[in-house]
Amino acid sequence: MSIRLTDIAKHYGHTSGGHTGKGRPGHTANRALEPVNLEVADGELVGLLGPSGSGKTTLLRIIAGLESPDRDPAGRILFGDRDVTDVHVRDRRIGFVFQHYALFRHMTVFDNVAFGLTVLPRRERPSSGEIRARVHRLLEMVQLERFAGRYPAQLSGGQQQRVSLARALALRPDVLLLDEPFGALDAKVRQELRRWLRQLHDELGFTSLFVTHDQEEALELSDRVAVMSHGRIEQIDTPDALYRTPANRFVFEFLGDVNHLEGEVQDGVLTCGDARLAVDLPDGHQELLLRPHEVRLTQAPTPEAQLPVTVTAISPVGAEVRIEVAADWLAAPWLATVRHADYERLALTRGQRLYVIPRHWHRFSDTPGREFRAIAA
Amino acid sequence: MQRIGDAPAVRRLLVGAAVLLAGLFLLLPLVAIFAQAFSQGVGVFWSNISDRYALAAIGLTLLIATLTIPICLTFGVALAWLVTRFEFPGRRLLQTLIDIPFAVSPVVAGLIYLLLYGRNGWIGGWLDAHDIQLMFAWPGILMVTVFVTSPFVARELIPLMQAQGSREEEAAVTLGAPGWTIFRRVTLPNIRWALLYGVVLTNARAVGEFGAVSVVSGAIRGQTMTLPLHLEQLYQDYNAVGAFASAALLALIALFTLAAKAGLEWRTARQEVTP
Repeated sequence: MSIRLTDIAKHYGHTSGGHTGKGRPGHTANRALEPVNLEVADGELVGLLGPSGSGKTTLLRIIAGLESPDRDPAGRILFGDRDVTDVHVRDRRIGFVFQHYALFRHMTVFDNVAFGLTVLPRRERPSSGEIRARVHRLLEMVQLERFAGRYPAQLSGGQQQRVSLARALALRPDVLLLDEPFGALDAKVRQELRRWLRQLHDELGFTSLFVTHDQEEALELSDRVAVMSHGRIEQIDTPDALYRTPANRFVFEFLGDVNHLEGEVQDGVLTCGDARLAVDLPDGHQELLLRPHEVRLTQAPTPEAQLPVTVTAISPVGAEVRIEVAADWLAAPWLATVRHADYERLALTRGQRLYVIPRHWHRFSDTPGREFRAIAA
Repeated sequence: MQRIGDAPAVRRLLVGAAVLLAGLFLLLPLVAIFAQAFSQGVGVFWSNISDRYALAAIGLTLLIATLTIPICLTFGVALAWLVTRFEFPGRRLLQTLIDIPFAVSPVVAGLIYLLLYGRNGWIGGWLDAHDIQLMFAWPGILMVTVFVTSPFVARELIPLMQAQGSREEEAAVTLGAPGWTIFRRVTLPNIRWALLYGVVLTNARAVGEFGAVSVVSGAIRGQTMTLPLHLEQLYQDYNAVGAFASAALLALIALFTLAAKAGLEWRTARQEVTP
């Protein structure tokens, strides 16, 4: 079932009481969410990505009905053709997965998963035999049949999160909302659960919206990602499009590591301390942004680029070697990724003096839009 | 490596001091009460607690405790729920106000009630005109007892409910559970021990309250004397054995309450370990 939001805004402050959420009460009229519009297609998996305080969890909780949007502007929430703006959480037919699982600690795994079925009104409630069969099917799906009799405290974090997923899916919701579902787990379990969630989503065909602050997770898992900051959706696009054509500087900087080069341009040469770079830009102060894979390390400078640096750290773990370099003319160290072969060829060691050659750079002017320049190496 | 204070001599000293103090201040007085109560034999003890006035005092005390507990329980749970689950102006102030009965001397509390609800009081005049007597009767005793014991349950619940947060309740509501079901099946099981402990404290205080009750009771023998008042009266009349017999009875009620709590705790702890 599709989700459509129009003009959903939220501010905390003197106006409303309600449940204590992640808000900051006490401040007057603290805007948590600018009027937001969002559409999620039926069966789509969309990630809400942003730093903490960007309003992503607030947005998710509003969709769930755990928090209410502002009355002015009068936003609307639609699930398919059903307007659920004024529908209570308990009648919205959503599944919600909490960051810290929120399992019922005094109930067994079985009772946790069965809870939603057992609280149905008597005439809709399945027989206890059918409840048992359904719960066992769900536990089988999350591979926890053997743990039906355990209590949440006796399970690992990953297992607890799987129970909470099974619990959320027990009522066959049309919409599954996940709040930082893997945030509290270690890297390996996270990777595994991510893949597994994607599989489950494709298999069962529900519509999912999940919140995360982890770029990698959002890009890997989602059909589309909405990047949020300061209560606004900055850009919503496929992971590929987001990375290749970021709408603005925030999106560019948030989706991966960025190296900054700031300096004065005169006669086509950017100068910053004892560093020089030939650029095709008008005179004046300029700031260029570079991805770590867009810089090359060499032993000698070129006529176009004279950027001397010193190697400060080397991390050879992964497909590429991550090299941190620093220099007097740099406010913050740069990060460069090189292939293992190049790493060996250059025989890099800490403290070694080198030159960086930019392959590409990006520039965001104050007016919206982006410039992308490739440099002939 | 040795932890700080883990030297055998230090350990023995600390354990010895703890045992000695517990014995002197907790155990010995308890033993003394029973020794005094039975100092002239079981027969005298029995005649002391089975006389008309003693029985009336016991009855009144139990009545007050039985009525106080449900009132304080409901009030405490509602208050803790309000303070920990909702955000509203004046929440902090309310949390401070809960402690007033602890801060105010019980005698003062009794006097305030007397001033308000007594025959010449602000509300008392109206009540008198409608022929309702609260002071110098059991309703007055109940009112001050509720006042004095009202913070116990809320005080036990608030820190716990704050620490537990409302996540489980939110999970329950997203699963479609109605409010009462959430309270019964999610909230209550999580707070039952704090609740029970609050009830134990409330009961102990309700049974033993002296100051506030003595002000509003009017001390009519056989009618408005609770067990602690009865005890004091006997003591003033130089009936030491009678006084200690009542004291023994009070101590027994306290011990019984504690045993009930320990028993329940033990049973549930065992159930939780072997699911």
